[in-house]
Amino acid sequence: MGKSGLEGLKVKLHDMSLRDGMHAKREQIPVAKMVEIAKGLDAAGMPYMQVTHGAGLGGNSIQHGRAIASNAEYISAVAAAVRQSTISVLLIPGLGTMIELKEAYDCGARSVHVATHCTEADTSPQHIAYARELGMDASGFLMMSHLNDAKGLTEQALLMEGYGANTVYVTDSAGAMLTHEVAEVISMMRDALKPETEIGFHGHHNLGLGVANSIAAIGAGATRIDASLAGLGAGAGNAPIEVLAAVCDRMEIETGVDTFALMDLAEDVVVPFMDHVVRADREALTLGFAGVYSTFLLPAKRAAERFGVPARDILVELGHRKMIGGQEDMIQDTAMTMARERGLLKGVA
Amino acid sequence: MRKIRCALIGSGNIGTDLMFKLLRSELLEPVWMAGIDANSDGLKRAAEKGLKTTHEGVDGLLPHVEDDRIEIAFDATSAYVHAENSRKLNEKGVLMIDLTPAAIGPLCVPPVNLGDLAKETPMNVNMISCAGQATIPIVAAVGAVQPVDYAEIIASLSSKSIGPGTRANLDEFTYTTSNAIEKVGGARKGKALAIINPADPPMIMRNTIYCEVAGTPDKAAITASVLKMIEEVQRYVPGYKLVNGPDFDGNLVAVFMEVAGLGDYLPTYAGNLDIMTAAAARTAEMFAERLLDGTMKLRALEAV
Repeated sequence: MGKSGLEGLKVKLHDMSLRDGMHAKREQIPVAKMVEIAKGLDAAGMPYMQVTHGAGLGGNSIQHGRAIASNAEYISAVAAAVRQSTISVLLIPGLGTMIELKEAYDCGARSVHVATHCTEADTSPQHIAYARELGMDASGFLMMSHLNDAKGLTEQALLMEGYGANTVYVTDSAGAMLTHEVAEVISMMRDALKPETEIGFHGHHNLGLGVANSIAAIGAGATRIDASLAGLGAGAGNAPIEVLAAVCDRMEIETGVDTFALMDLAEDVVVPFMDHVVRADREALTLGFAGVYSTFLLPAKRAAERFGVPARDILVELGHRKMIGGQEDMIQDTAMTMARERGLLKGVA
Repeated sequence: MRKIRCALIGSGNIGTDLMFKLLRSELLEPVWMAGIDANSDGLKRAAEKGLKTTHEGVDGLLPHVEDDRIEIAFDATSAYVHAENSRKLNEKGVLMIDLTPAAIGPLCVPPVNLGDLAKETPMNVNMISCAGQATIPIVAAVGAVQPVDYAEIIASLSSKSIGPGTRANLDEFTYTTSNAIEKVGGARKGKALAIINPADPPMIMRNTIYCEVAGTPDKAAITASVLKMIEEVQRYVPGYKLVNGPDFDGNLVAVFMEVAGLGDYLPTYAGNLDIMTAAAARTAEMFAERLLDGTMKLRALEAV
């Protein structure tokens, strides 16, 4: 067999189990369980791990669900338990604020994904600048990247670089990107950004491409890859990190993590802890196919139960309406409107 | 009939939309628009409509305040420069209606507390935010029936309607709106979320209001109170419309609204502009009535 051509590339993995994984657990991961998983990741040599409510700082809400502990409690507990890993947080402007970023920093977070929709990077300057002022590693995180083209994403990445981001992510929140699309975007960004600015990729597995897209990203110049244990995350999950690590080992891409330790952690700790098997089931596959935000999966299933409209129909309609991450309230709204149109709901409006 | 003469500071989306509202007012007359970009669309539109314009900001306006008998000014710039703008105009005895999230003066949501403000003679009134104007009336309407322990609002705004000032300072929007949900809406705790959606064609402004009430919700009374409040808001924003709800789930009340604008400056999807500028115009008209009938007098605030 021939070589992959990627031998010797160095990549930093960023575990999402304790942030994106919160979505798959309806925000109900106990602090002690977070600490157990974090210690395992730390021992396996994971360079970065993200710890917050699934929607990040400020995420505790009716809109995004209430976690069983505050972000401060989660971050402090994990930061005290790890020896070498850097703790990161997610901050979506419009939801999280600089007050919460400072609190996360005080609890031990030293890295942040500042996340905007893929066309709205200019809502992130104050948060990125503040993170850098605090001395944090700051990534700009372009969510729902499938809704912009390579040129547009590159322009947005340049804005975030200008605000001070030392990494810019292509974020496939809907698990809808195809492998050649990932490669095209990241190649264009690599040419346009400063050499010292890193590029990251955050994949979801709704079309089963989480690992393949991550490898395509690495081939095109990405050096930071988000993934999670057994894929624990929204929709059909993130790229499964133990699988990604194994593929990197086979391709001689250097990650520095202990692949067998990650395999054990995924199998022995994370999988038994799942509420449902995180996989590309009918609805999760619909997310990837229709390009809908992965986090909409579980609320759509709940709305389907309550209003009698199939979850897949709701998700497809949300896709038609071009709803983006953060518009979880529109799931119930859409379900109610569809239920009324189908004669299933009577009401005032 | 005499009208109260007004100045607009800020020539962006909000300032320009507000100008069109003031041009229709029977009590207010827009005389000046001050911007900082000589080529801004807003200043061009203002000049076309016969307003005097300056691209030297508030300082370009100040020398003309007395001669042009300006009594009310609207600030549609940003929270960071508002305090200075307000100080300079208050010194000349001009009442300031603040459309930035600076929130120096008392907060105003017309159908909720304009009546109370009429009893005071503030020299600076803050209009909170578009999201606040669209959601706080509903929080107050629920709260009029039974106590609201927690209110959370989600404003979805079309990308094209959100100007650079708001984008660069989203945290101020969040802080000011959350605070006003408590102070004006009456919720014990308030939280505001904003989403900017780039869909093309642009989505109409949407607002979801969640209220967790103390005890079992009185469904009939809350529904009646919310519907009555919607009619109140429709008196100055005709496109304020209930889409779904009130929906009751345990102690949670959910109301789903949309706001279509009049299309004065940006097209009708930008209801967020209208609800803010219409509320500001309505507030100013209340003060104008009192200035015209002599029950209120403006006073120059001394320089501090």
